[in-house]
Amino acid sequence: MAKLPALPKRFHTASVWALYWLGLCPALAAFYLGAAGRLPGNPVKEFEHLLGIWALRFLVATLAITPIRDLFGINWLRYRRALGLLAFYYVAMHFLAYFLLDQVLNMPAIIADISRRPFITIGMAGLVMLIPLALTSNNWSIRRLGSRWNQLHKLAYVIAAAGALHFAMSVKVVGLEQMTYLALVALLLGWRLVRKPYLKRKRQANPPHRHAKDAVA
Amino acid sequence: MPAYRPPRIAPSEITPERCFLSRRTFLATTAGALLGAGAGAAQAAALAAPKGKYTVDEDLTPEADVTGYNNFYEFGTGKADPAANSDAFKPTPWTVKVDGLVAKPKEFGLEELLALPLEERVYRMRCVEAWSMVIPWTGFPLAALLDKVEPLGSAKYVSFETVVRPEQMPGQSGFFQPLPWPYREGLRLDEARHPLTILSVGVYGKTLPNQNGAPIRLVTPWKYGFKGIKSIVRISLTETPPPSTWNLSAPTEYGFYANVNPAVDHPRWSQATENRIGGGGFFGANRRDTLPFNGYADEVAGLYAGMDLKANF
Repeated sequence: MAKLPALPKRFHTASVWALYWLGLCPALAAFYLGAAGRLPGNPVKEFEHLLGIWALRFLVATLAITPIRDLFGINWLRYRRALGLLAFYYVAMHFLAYFLLDQVLNMPAIIADISRRPFITIGMAGLVMLIPLALTSNNWSIRRLGSRWNQLHKLAYVIAAAGALHFAMSVKVVGLEQMTYLALVALLLGWRLVRKPYLKRKRQANPPHRHAKDAVA
Repeated sequence: MPAYRPPRIAPSEITPERCFLSRRTFLATTAGALLGAGAGAAQAAALAAPKGKYTVDEDLTPEADVTGYNNFYEFGTGKADPAANSDAFKPTPWTVKVDGLVAKPKEFGLEELLALPLEERVYRMRCVEAWSMVIPWTGFPLAALLDKVEPLGSAKYVSFETVVRPEQMPGQSGFFQPLPWPYREGLRLDEARHPLTILSVGVYGKTLPNQNGAPIRLVTPWKYGFKGIKSIVRISLTETPPPSTWNLSAPTEYGFYANVNPAVDHPRWSQATENRIGGGGFFGANRRDTLPFNGYADEVAGLYAGMDLKANF
């Protein structure tokens, strides 16, 4: 298979920073439009939904890094932390938009929502689970936690499932968009079950070929 | 070039002030008739009607929001979809068949319906999704139409049906259609005959735009918005409760009555408060308490005397 031209190593750090900034653009643009009164209809809901959708997109992208490497030999591991943190930032902003702009700090209503409405309970659980992952998304934590870091970060699977479910349960009719996210998350999680046998067989099938190619590259 | 001289106007040609001022009244009364005659012309024609007595004294939701942010799943499930996807819809010519348990079943042409006594009413509109608007509708009481067909004594309910036109309504074709078509709604006969219940043919002084249910739709301001069935082609009087689309789709979430009730939550969100659309931006957002029967309790609560409104939501 033809490979993408590799990004020269000297641009790696800059590309990660670019991802952070690009990733925050949808939220910044929507916040600007909403604050300026230029989001039509129900601006608070529009903003809340936009943040939620982007959170889900970044969760999916985070989980896609491994399958992309397994299947296509493209290593984007250097972007995974940024994608995961962007997902966390968007989930946090999604919650803040609900808390500050939508419910306007109405604590009884918020507590009732979280405790009584399953889709909000699930969404809230996703946010809570993301906090330890965001706090340990740094090299120091990886060194400190060792193999426990990997264990902890498997929570990302549960969080992505919670996110897709939260989205599907929030709408009046589950449509193509919700089905797409449910299917994507199901596929990405399903890959985790089959990747080990797949990689083993792949290694056994063509070890010399792979090595030869790597040597040339 | 010679200087321009305005033509001299003889005093006899000057319109008396009295006649000039009554021109407005003349326009208002004839516009409806003209529109009836010219039905089939471009949509969103002017539609003047005298103001009715049922008018709430609250700020109107901007026209752009009324016509740009709403639900009409026949054109898509997004709030902007109806405005974006309804250009190909042809609201004229149009007929509404009124049948069932009536002495004189009849298929009414739109012109006949527009000849009924139209008036403008400013109503609150509360969506089941916890947002609300204040909308100037033009229409006539549904009772006026029912009188023409003479419901039989056995008629207890009124059933409504929306048009099915997949070629003009993109939400009615393709994969993942959100609801079974046609969209159906129903009212009890006494609700249908209540003076607040109107069939609307216009909004903001113009004929209904396609996205708002052209050419004719139901408005029941004390009920959640989904009861306001759009682009109606059939009205039937029945003895048994008619099916209603959202109730069939999710019976635990949407009841037959669907009266606005802050005390009965939707299972997935609270109905205690609502977000009034049109505040302009995040900080003009306007969350307010939802009123029982959407503020029309004085007029309609009597219809439900003795009923358990938590069970009959």
